[in-house]
Amino acid sequence: MSDLTDFTVAQLRDGFRKGDFSAREAADAFIGAVEAGRVLNAFIVETPEHAIAAAEAADRGRASGEFGALSGVPLGIKDLFCTEGYQTTAASHILEGFKPTYESTVTARLFGAGAGMLGKLNMDQFAMGSSNETSAFGNVISPWRRRDGGNAALAPGGSSGGSSAAIAARLVPAATGTDTGGSIRQPAAFTGISGIKPTYGRCSRWGIVAFASSLDQAGPMARDVRDCALLLEVMSGFDPKDSTSLDIPVPKWEAGLSSDLKGKRVGIPKEYRVDGMPEEIEALWQQGIAWMKDAGAEIVDVSLPHTKYALPAYYIIAPAEASSNLARYDGVRYGQRELPDGAGLQDMYAATRAAGFGAEVKRRIMIGTYVLSAGYYDAYYTQAQKVRALIVRDFEQAWERCDLLLTPTAPSAAFALGEKQADPIAMYLNDVFTVPASLAGLPGMSVPAGLDAHGLPLGLQIIGKPLDEQGVLNAGLAIEERAGFTARAERWW
Amino acid sequence: MSDYRIQGATGDWEVVIGLEVHAQVTSNAKLFSGASTKFGAEPNQNVSLVDAAMPGMLPVPNRECIRQAVRTGMAIDAQINTWSRFDRKNYFYADLPQGYQISQLYHPLVGEGAITLDADEKTGITEPKRIGIERIHVEQDAGKLMHDQHPTRSYVDLNRCGVALMEIVSQPDMTSPAEAGAYLRKLRSILRYVGSCDGNMEEGSMRADVNVSVRKAGQPLGTRTETKNVNSVRFVMQAIEHEANRQVDVLESGGRIVQETRLFDPDKGETRSMRSKEDAHDYRYFPDPDLLPLELDEAFLDECRASLPELPDAKRARYTGSLGISAYAASVITADVETARWFEALLAAGADPKAGANWLTSELFGALNRLGKEISDSPVSPEQGAQLLGLVADGTLSGSLAKQVFEIMLETGDDPASIVEERGMKQTSDTGAIDAVIAEVLAANADKVAEYRSGKDKLFGFFVGQTMKAMAGKANPGVVNDLLKKALDG
Repeated sequence: MSDLTDFTVAQLRDGFRKGDFSAREAADAFIGAVEAGRVLNAFIVETPEHAIAAAEAADRGRASGEFGALSGVPLGIKDLFCTEGYQTTAASHILEGFKPTYESTVTARLFGAGAGMLGKLNMDQFAMGSSNETSAFGNVISPWRRRDGGNAALAPGGSSGGSSAAIAARLVPAATGTDTGGSIRQPAAFTGISGIKPTYGRCSRWGIVAFASSLDQAGPMARDVRDCALLLEVMSGFDPKDSTSLDIPVPKWEAGLSSDLKGKRVGIPKEYRVDGMPEEIEALWQQGIAWMKDAGAEIVDVSLPHTKYALPAYYIIAPAEASSNLARYDGVRYGQRELPDGAGLQDMYAATRAAGFGAEVKRRIMIGTYVLSAGYYDAYYTQAQKVRALIVRDFEQAWERCDLLLTPTAPSAAFALGEKQADPIAMYLNDVFTVPASLAGLPGMSVPAGLDAHGLPLGLQIIGKPLDEQGVLNAGLAIEERAGFTARAERWW
Repeated sequence: MSDYRIQGATGDWEVVIGLEVHAQVTSNAKLFSGASTKFGAEPNQNVSLVDAAMPGMLPVPNRECIRQAVRTGMAIDAQINTWSRFDRKNYFYADLPQGYQISQLYHPLVGEGAITLDADEKTGITEPKRIGIERIHVEQDAGKLMHDQHPTRSYVDLNRCGVALMEIVSQPDMTSPAEAGAYLRKLRSILRYVGSCDGNMEEGSMRADVNVSVRKAGQPLGTRTETKNVNSVRFVMQAIEHEANRQVDVLESGGRIVQETRLFDPDKGETRSMRSKEDAHDYRYFPDPDLLPLELDEAFLDECRASLPELPDAKRARYTGSLGISAYAASVITADVETARWFEALLAAGADPKAGANWLTSELFGALNRLGKEISDSPVSPEQGAQLLGLVADGTLSGSLAKQVFEIMLETGDDPASIVEERGMKQTSDTGAIDAVIAEVLAANADKVAEYRSGKDKLFGFFVGQTMKAMAGKANPGVVNDLLKKALDG
């Protein structure tokens, strides 16, 4: 039998149904891979018992002809999802030891469909970061290395870097991610995998540790487009416990997959051609345009004039919401508590939060507190909301001319760990192509499309109209079929 | 403008008062969680994951709380904003697990409305006065800190945390403690009619922040202070009185009023400084990104409107108008919804409105006062009251017999008809029997008869009394009068 860890989610699901292997065999194969891949530091907590229990339940179900949509499939879960009885930290010391008594809606749906959990995946602390270096539990190391003879450890992207690294290294067939400004798409691009952020409101946020409520969306990360489609189908759906959840039916995205783009108009936004972007990314973009034409699409040039204001607006809105969302970590009810001798209430708050939060989290809390404070609110927060409205309008106007947008996912391939740590702005620039769709709540996907000169993966991003995940997935599939991306990280661990 | 003035050394000062009333919304569940709002539960029994601000928990608005606030707005003729939004008010405190209170700063649910204070000699309000309401918004209550459970630690009870409050903000339209008191009573009355708040100040269901400033006649508004969380009508009036006098003293001795938050000490009857504007919190309000704007449709508004009861002002107008009830009785009866309900039940059971109103405001209220009971736990039901009034109306009982029967009803809870039956308390109009008794009375008091006949008219009452006494009060007083007149004058 071939190595089960090379199977996609669809292959695992189908092979298990046909009786080619048991769910337990699949679970064991991945559990072994997780153990062997510990040097990547992709997991904060391994949960083989959860994966085994789900697998055994799936095997019993198969005996009586009962299958869930994900029976036989073990998954990795980003540590931002609250998992009942399993430590959930958002990669922060401030939540160390916290075991929720509840299951997030998204993980409950996945587990309800038969999936098991291999472990809680490492990430940037509170999902704030683009390299995984802000995790309180050490950074994840990408399985990819540059073909330059050096062994520089590379960033797996962020914030869903544990997810991307684990999938790229075949420790898990797929994983959950969350995307606030690009946290699914950028790490997918850095590691040669696929990932989709659906329309805001498709996936319930209930039970996901909040970073920036108006932007946070869960989505799947996997090896290919089909897996993203089938996983998103399970993860999506109305949840009365989340007021921002969309009360609309979930389409059959997997069944609707088609790489025929005839009749589709694909927009190329000129503002995404940024200064200093590597030539090979420009070349990849041109290649993507050719693939779109080849798939039958018509290419149109469009303008999203307020694009350059998206990043500054995002770095006001997201920290503003975060500064308030993270106020609950006060040492009173759960997680870390620092109570120096003689400390009063305010001292306890200060000591707990000083010790519990990492530097990047503190930076964003301070930015957020500043932009919301009296005297600065209008100049920053109100202004940023206006920009956000303009960005939404940019996209609406673009949709009059096209059905989808094609852009690079990130302005560069994976960088080395430590390379951008000293300069927060350089780090923030990584989100320049992903943030606008987040601000507008649009579905966006990254698919692997090629390699740079050092043999590192590069991704292309497809952005769609609200609720048009099908259009995004189909365009992703068209690229996937034409790119024939088969490169994988050579195993060194 | 009331004629209430603070007499200072430099002349008279006017007082300007605005009230922010926090009224707990009557609902089974909290504003954004499914936890119970029941008062008196063990500490931390009514706390959901949302109330405790566990990671990843989200607020979901409780439709009933919104409905109650909208109905309240309609009851004060206020503008209902069909688009409103929740904002976060950020601050750290142990009774606030989220680290922010969800409130409405920028776009409240209810806009401008008004309440009319009734003219009332007792409070010195000479004519009806309109008090403007600036807004009503909906927000979460905080938890409660308990400092008396442990020598060195404070405990937190989150039962109240997340319970829905309406903050009802008045215009600075009141000019005396009496007006403020009347405003609170009237507001409480309306809330209880609507059923959106039980108005129970002892349990903290209604609390007021009191804004007070003083000025000389014709001058612009003075700097105000805000006295927080005053929890009875009397204390609100005391706080205003004290605060206004304090401000006059400060100003007259050359000082300046600082805009600040103050506390009322009910034991000393005075206010004291809590924090000044300089060290006021920066609450960093911003729209709550977990919640969508609240949009109300016509069907919802129609339902709210249709569910409103007849309100005190309308009810009183109907009582004094078509029912012919006295203004005094009408305002006493309509002031509290329980009394009004009791009275309506009395009418529904067949009582005559005027007789019923008089009986309720004198006999029943007198008895309840004596017994220390509320009308809601009156030992006599409206049906029994109507029966009693019926027995008077049809001549079965005289007024004095009715009083006796009522006393027995209060004690036993029995129906008046059966009391009359069992105890033979029916009044008699049998002229033969009454004549016989009159003859005996006149015979036994021949001297008084002579006096009467020689012109001492006042003795007539004496003969009535003697006759009634001899008949154990059961004689029809009208018949007794007639027959006595005949016997004495005839």
